Amino acid sequence: MAKKITVYSTPTCPFCIRLKQYLKENNVQFTDYDVGSDAAKAQEMINKSGQMGVPVIEIDEKIVVGFDKDKIKEALGT
Amino acid sequence: MAYDLVIIGAGPAGITAAVYAARKKIDFIVITGNIGGQAAWSGDIENYTGYQFITGPELASKFEEHIKRYAVPVREAEEVTAIEKGAGLIRVRTAKGQYESKTVIIASGKISKELGVPGEKEFKNKGLTYCATCDGPLFAGKDVAVIGGGNSALDAAIQLMKIAKKVYIINNLPELGGDRVMREKAESSPAVTVINNARVMAIKGGRMVSAITVKTAGGEKEIPLEGVFVEIGLVPNSGFAGIVDRNERGEIKINSRNETSVPGIFAAGDVTDVPEKQIIVAAGEGSKATLSAFKYLSRIR
Repeated sequence: MAKKITVYSTPTCPFCIRLKQYLKENNVQFTDYDVGSDAAKAQEMINKSGQMGVPVIEIDEKIVVGFDKDKIKEALGT
Repeated sequence: MAYDLVIIGAGPAGITAAVYAARKKIDFIVITGNIGGQAAWSGDIENYTGYQFITGPELASKFEEHIKRYAVPVREAEEVTAIEKGAGLIRVRTAKGQYESKTVIIASGKISKELGVPGEKEFKNKGLTYCATCDGPLFAGKDVAVIGGGNSALDAAIQLMKIAKKVYIINNLPELGGDRVMREKAESSPAVTVINNARVMAIKGGRMVSAITVKTAGGEKEIPLEGVFVEIGLVPNSGFAGIVDRNERGEIKINSRNETSVPGIFAAGDVTDVPEKQIIVAAGEGSKATLSAFKYLSRIR
């Protein structure tokens, strides 16, 4: 079954751009929230990750902060 | 098993060093925190030959594509903690392991300078950040402080004054530095309050930042706010490289062949004492470093 993947990002952060590009290149489907314009989603991100840095990616309830390829690969199970 | 070469860093210098090493068929790896380095954080780049216009993240992607073409082994998200020299071989220690190599190229660039005050480490990414461009939008409607008084601090303040409720600029000098145009822009905003001759003493909070303590001639006072943007400049990322000679700024001293004070250890790019910190200069230095390392390897063989 496909994993549920959520990205919390801002349009201006370089590693958000790189993270989303990486997911697209690997044909990973994800929902992206702009936490700069969506205050509710920003709060959700802060609650889930316990911090305010972007990007944050949630892969089936597993949270990875930053564009950490090794951890993301591990969580994706690829 | 020892490598012929370990490249530390994957910004313009490290990436170019890696491309040259791959083409010379050197047995090597790249160890880096991220791909792109400071270039990835750049906005618009209009002076890198061959690209009339490219953004930082785009250039970082191009770098990655370039090394992918040569199947360069990259250990990403791995920070180097120390370099030691044993009998002949050089040992590179990281947070995740250690590597032995005949030669090393240090291309670790520059990193944000830290304040060095209580609470800074604790609240990093919990209200305190070194990247206004990245994290700024999260502070919409909140009170924030920018620490610093130069162009990078002004740039952060100008970005933030459009989104935050109130922006304090905490400057440790009698007046703001930076370009006049930017100074005037920041000072003319009703959202901005400049506090000169001020030093940040501590970052405070619970789960997230809730205040900073600032010391001025009038004494110490606490300012309640939710965001702290540290913009006091950059320092060479050479803390792990105590083995080689560095200048008073912490830059690794190299000669025109990118040799450091230790045979077999080379350095390139913004971490070195080469004047002009530019993407294209760093890239050129990276290629020189690999060619020097290649010659060194042929000599010791």
